[in-house]
Order: sequence, then C-alpha cells, then structure tokens
Amino acid sequence: MIHQFKLNGYNIVLDVFSGAVHVVDDVAYDIIAMYKNSNKNKITKEILEKYPNLKKWDIDECLSDIKELEDKGKLFSEDVYSDLAFDFKKKNTYIKALCLHIAHTCNLNCEYCFASQGKYHGERALMSLEVGKRAIDFLIENSGKRHNLEVDFFGGEPLMNFDVVKGIVEYARSIEKEHNKNFRFTLTTNGVLLDDDVIDFANKECHNVVLSLDGRKEVHDRLRKTSNGKGSYDTIVPKFKHFVERRGNKGYYVRGTFTHNNTDFTNDIFHMADLGFTELSMEPVVCSPDDSYALTYDDLPIIYEQYEILAKEMLKREKEGKPITFYHYMIDLTGGPCIYKRISGCGSGSEYFAVTPWGDLYPCHQFVGDENYLMGDIWKGVTNTVKQNEFKLCNAYARPECKECWAKLYCSGGCAANAYHATGSISGVYEYGCKLFKKRIECAIMMQASKSLN
Amino acid sequence: MKRIMTIETRDLEKSAVNGGCGECQTSCQSACKTSCGVANQQCEKCLNEE
Repeated sequence: MIHQFKLNGYNIVLDVFSGAVHVVDDVAYDIIAMYKNSNKNKITKEILEKYPNLKKWDIDECLSDIKELEDKGKLFSEDVYSDLAFDFKKKNTYIKALCLHIAHTCNLNCEYCFASQGKYHGERALMSLEVGKRAIDFLIENSGKRHNLEVDFFGGEPLMNFDVVKGIVEYARSIEKEHNKNFRFTLTTNGVLLDDDVIDFANKECHNVVLSLDGRKEVHDRLRKTSNGKGSYDTIVPKFKHFVERRGNKGYYVRGTFTHNNTDFTNDIFHMADLGFTELSMEPVVCSPDDSYALTYDDLPIIYEQYEILAKEMLKREKEGKPITFYHYMIDLTGGPCIYKRISGCGSGSEYFAVTPWGDLYPCHQFVGDENYLMGDIWKGVTNTVKQNEFKLCNAYARPECKECWAKLYCSGGCAANAYHATGSISGVYEYGCKLFKKRIECAIMMQASKSLN
Repeated sequence: MKRIMTIETRDLEKSAVNGGCGECQTSCQSACKTSCGVANQQCEKCLNEE
C-alpha cells in the first residue's frame, strides 16, 4: 500500500508497510499513481499526453526505477504484519507505566476539562502516601524484565498533594536499584502552585514536565479559570518562564488545548514560542459535540491550513536558527518505533494503567470514573482479564475501518478512549480525530523530506 | 534515480526481527494525553546505539 500527497511544493510517496518515504517529481508522482492499475502502454500514452516534451525512454527509465524499488520492498510492499497483531493476546503483558491520580481536585476550573474539574465525576480525593507506595510496588512486581518504568503524576492538579508526590519519588528511588529498574517521572501541572521547591524537585527527579498553557492570554483565560472565574494566565506564565529557564536541557512540554474558539491555534503556538518556550504541544479538544467549544466539521479546512502554516513556519524558524519542537511533528524516520510498537499503540489497559487516589486501576486516565472499565486495584492486580484482553487486541489491526488506511502504523488504530467516547466501543473509530491525525503526519513527513533535501 | 529520491527510514519489516523490547516510552506519558501517536516515540534501542 502506498500513500501519495503534495505539500509545500513536495510530492511525497509513502510506502506504508516498509515505512519508506520517497520524494518524487511530477512525472514520477503520476506514474506511481497509475502503476498498479494500468499497463505500460496506457501509462506511457497518458503521461506523454500530459507531458508532451517528455521522451518515451524517459518514461521507461522511470518505470524501471519504480520496478527496482518495488523489488527491493520499498514501494507497493505487502502487509506482512497482520498475523503479528493477533499474537498479542497470547503475549505476556508486563506493565511499564502508571498514571498516578495524585489529586482528584484542582485549583482551576477549566470548562473543557475531560476530568470534570479534576474530580472525574466523583468526589474530591487525594492519594495517600501508602497508596502511592503500593502503586510503585505493584508496578515493579508486574514489570517483568522491563527496566525503564514510567510514572506520571497527574490529576486534577498533582501539586495540591505535593508532599505525597515527593514521598512516592523518594520511595521509588530507594528501591529501584535493588530491583534493577529505572524510574522516569513526569509531572503534569497547571502551574498555579509552582515555586522554587517544586522546580528544584522536578529538575532533580522528573524526566519530563508538562506545563498546561493554551497560548494567547485571551484564549487561555477564556477556559482556564480559577474557581472565582478569573483567568489564570497572569499567574502561571511568569512561573512557567522561570521554571523553563531553570530546566536546563531536561525535557519539558508547554501543552495547550485548542477548541472551536481558537481554530487559528498556530497564533497560540507562536505566542508560546515568543514567550521563550521551545518544546510545544497543542491538542484538539476532546469533548461532547454538544459543547459550545467543540470542534466542528466546518472547522476542518481551517485546522488543516493551520497545521500546514505551522509546519512551514517551523522549517523557516529552523533555518533561521530558532527552532521550535511541536510534539506531533516529532517523527524520527530512522530511529523511530519498531513494528511491534506501531501495531500495539499506547498500551492502555495492558502495559499502561491509571491509578485512582484510592488505588483502583483503569485502562488509562480517560477511563477513570467509568465503572465499566474498572480493571482491578493495586493490591489484587488486574482482575478484569476480559477487558484486558480486549485492550491487548485493540491495535492497528482491530478495526475494519483501518484496513485500507495508510496511517495505521503511525497511530496504531487510534486512541481507545476517544473511540469509546465517540462510538461506545474501544474498537470504534473517532473519525474526526483520524482526519486531524492524518494531516499532522503528512506535515511531519513533509518536514522530514524538506530537511533531507536541504 | 533521476525522478525519485528515497529518504533514509527504518525498515519496518526488519524491525520485526530486532524490535519489541518494550523499553520505549508509553506515548501518552509525554504530552498528548488525548490522542494516540506512536510515530513520534523514540526507539530506546536505537537511542542507546547512537
């Protein structure tokens, strides 16, 4: 299977199953498009009609090059992975990542919060240190040979329970060596409670920090408000700047959400860059279609254009020596994920779980609060093995809709939670998300092509 | 090739042989939390070989 697209002056041909990327001229682009459905005479005739200055031998040469790539398995390669996908159910599953819901409460009242202002449709709650420590033990016990274990401090707002965060890290560090493990911690915060203590801690212990900022002040303050209705931009931006200045070369993301209210979201990304942040992420809002800020199908052409603007601007900034990183455009064509990862996806419900403040396990943070998806707890382990098997098989080959999709080895079939919320089934397809995802991958591949050629 | 330039990429079929160690980052642990993208995850083995 191949996927062809034109973007920013480049003609790109992606060979889906080998992962090969070819940048071609107009003639080769047209010939490749016809190659599998026409015979040589028909291709030659049609190409000569379209490009009258071309010689027949030129077309022959191009056809021969295409044949060579096909023979090498770099073009029109066959799908040899589908059997691999169904072996996953038999595979032992080791757990390697936990999202710890340190606090089901928040000091902001963001209108679009999927966690319902941090409470996940339940009561306010804080994780105790005992639960946190047990979660670390549970992760080690179930991690098999996995060396790198990830723990994300999430909420609500985890800094509302910062002492427990520190206690959990101290405990994990005290036992990681004896178990031959390496913990990588991430802190996701809205920034309200950031101070030098938190910064010192995060810079020492956290592999990554995710700082929530939606961009321009008016955009951010419209939905990210304090409990008394005041915008939070002025409180958090100086703190984030201070944090990032002191972060050195350690990982961080300034992460925003865009909605129907700011479909011109590249202005928010560039605003973040103007503030001095370079590691950026901007996610489309996930909400009910009935919400006033929900993205609409009419927004799609605007969003596509925005993604193209972003890709072109990023190439320009890189040339000027002022590069920015956009999470969804990070694509490493040589050192990226292997085929197992590309098929199996995010690992929710099999190697990745969310832990509630009271120690219940859910397939991921987006399922927390939905009792249908209670998977077990950190004392008894995963007891809902029926659901666990469903998640194991929820991969790039699970959905008939993905069969002919060129992007399936980039998204692994998509986010199970988004599918569930959009269709009622984790094996459904969140079609709107697919459209945005595919556009982002085209932009990301185009950027790599551009960098390779220049 | 005059009209086709192939960019260097990881051969996915070969990665079926040497891949699958599972040490790479869980995608949702980085920055998205609301979508599933695996293509931007770094392969831990490739990283260590660099």
